[in-house]
Amino acid sequence: MALARAHRPFQFVTASYITRIERQRALTVGELRDGLESCSDESIFHHTFQSLGQHHFLTEGFSNDFAQWALAGLNRPRLAEQLAGLDVRAYCSLSDLRVDLLRVVDDFCRTYPDEAVREAFEAFHFCASVEVTVPLGREAWTLEEFRALLERCGHASFHFHFLVSRLRLQLESNDFSQWFVEELGLERLAQLANRIDIVTHTLDGAKATLARLIDRELAA
Amino acid sequence: MTGAATAPRAMTLDDYVPLLGPQEIDELRAIAAPLAGRSVQMVNSTAVGGGVAEILNRLIPLIQELGLAPRWDVMTGGNDFFEVTKAFHNALHGGPYDPRPQDFETFLAYSEQNRARLAFDAEFTVIHDPQPAALIDARSGTSGHWIWRCHIDLSRPNRDVWEFLRPFVCRYDGALFSAPDFARQLPIPQYLVYPCIDPLSDKNRDLEPETVAAIADRFGIDRARPIVAQISRFDRLKDPIGVLRAYQIVKRYTDLQLVLAGGGASDDPEGESVLAEVRDAAEGDPDVHILSLPPWSAIEINALQRASTIIVQKSLREGFGLTVTEALWKKQPVVASAVGGIPAQVIHKHTGLLAHSVEGTAYQIRFLLSHPALARKLGEQGHEHVREHFLITSNVRRYLTLFLGMS
Repeated sequence: MALARAHRPFQFVTASYITRIERQRALTVGELRDGLESCSDESIFHHTFQSLGQHHFLTEGFSNDFAQWALAGLNRPRLAEQLAGLDVRAYCSLSDLRVDLLRVVDDFCRTYPDEAVREAFEAFHFCASVEVTVPLGREAWTLEEFRALLERCGHASFHFHFLVSRLRLQLESNDFSQWFVEELGLERLAQLANRIDIVTHTLDGAKATLARLIDRELAA
Repeated sequence: MTGAATAPRAMTLDDYVPLLGPQEIDELRAIAAPLAGRSVQMVNSTAVGGGVAEILNRLIPLIQELGLAPRWDVMTGGNDFFEVTKAFHNALHGGPYDPRPQDFETFLAYSEQNRARLAFDAEFTVIHDPQPAALIDARSGTSGHWIWRCHIDLSRPNRDVWEFLRPFVCRYDGALFSAPDFARQLPIPQYLVYPCIDPLSDKNRDLEPETVAAIADRFGIDRARPIVAQISRFDRLKDPIGVLRAYQIVKRYTDLQLVLAGGGASDDPEGESVLAEVRDAAEGDPDVHILSLPPWSAIEINALQRASTIIVQKSLREGFGLTVTEALWKKQPVVASAVGGIPAQVIHKHTGLLAHSVEGTAYQIRFLLSHPALARKLGEQGHEHVREHFLITSNVRRYLTLFLGMS
């Protein structure tokens, strides 16, 4: 099966982002709530999916910008924990993620109304990611070719195919797993790849795990 | 590698491969490919000296190597122009200033002279800082993309100066700021572009341990005991007295030394008085090393940062704080104030520790001195953070992405 040739090659792409500074800012939890309600989808993306990719080298305790601000800017560890508990891998849509972020912040405001108006050490500035994608001009037709090209895949490209793809595919999957199944018929490899925990791995670590899974598949 | 200052040479992208890996450089080339041959014009007000010229000196050759056609033009002006623009600069930072009508006239007259002197035909024109901001008058029709890159902190600008500049800024296609807090209410998109350091410069490149040791010895610093350092200009906004107070608190518990090193004292009257105040406050403590360094001390600064156990940046206000970037790049644990661009670099408990007071700074220093493994981890993660976001190559990538996004 590992020697199968795809009908459609895997085309490696990289994504690059420029950060747009938005108008919303928050000095209190209440203002964070208002910002979460009114900010753009690109802003939700920036502070969650994109932030996780940008801080991939942190494997303990970093989940998203909102949680980090609740901890460092507001000194509210309880709220920070709950916001950090939202795993971006569980979301295929930014609107669903926004609903859950709002739910956590609303619950906090209801439970601790006094704390909702307390000012932070520093403001939270809403930003948004403007994405540009560029083909890398590399195509894999077989798993062997894919494995070789994976070595040359940088952080941004891996993050784009492995994590951001969920939003594009609207599936709890990723570009790699989809290709393994649809083009090579490698269901098991696809499942194992999709289970790699990007939150507790660095991007390099996740890539190395994927490479090991492929090596095992090729050796089988 | 030696400790001697190297003659500057234009670095190539391949020089960065050992630091960043071939993948990252490959990606830069791929992102640049659709922009091949496109013209870029950068305009600022000085060819030498200052952070902007330093960045452009490194940026232009790299953009050129990537296949674009960059050009760097420098605005010219008489002393009267630069006196006005310096006053504008300080006023935009929030300093007191009562502009006279002739100041604005001088500014506009030199802008007009430069508009007539320079050619503006690039597809992407990037105007750096307020001095050349009025060159937007040279824009013809809707051709090309014009971007204003503001390197200064505009969070509390002098109202008169900002109201004068704002109509010019509003005519650009976008504005770039170094921190979200520096952005203003404008009808144009505003983007975040961090300043950057060059990991291959004398101030940041790797040094042999013997070089670091020799320089520490030359300044009489005992390498066997902990060294806490703030390497920064002698400026009240950098709060060197606050650092000294924090050191004095920590000294009750740990036998450590403090290094306060910086330049600017000889040519800056305020710097000299701050330096004198710091010396007075140190009261002859032999474990406090106050070093006034000349401007050509890149290797010394590099070595002092590397010789330190903890780097402190206890600023009361800060632009971005590239001294923090330099320390993080050297894998040093950092304790810094949560002001300006510092929180973007020091992610509390991940890439360093933030503090909000003298007592807080002292506590975080004590904590790190007692937890060396954590200090090492923060340093390692800080290095990765800089590698990802604050190097010259990231700066190139951001410009390319911006150009692609605009075209």
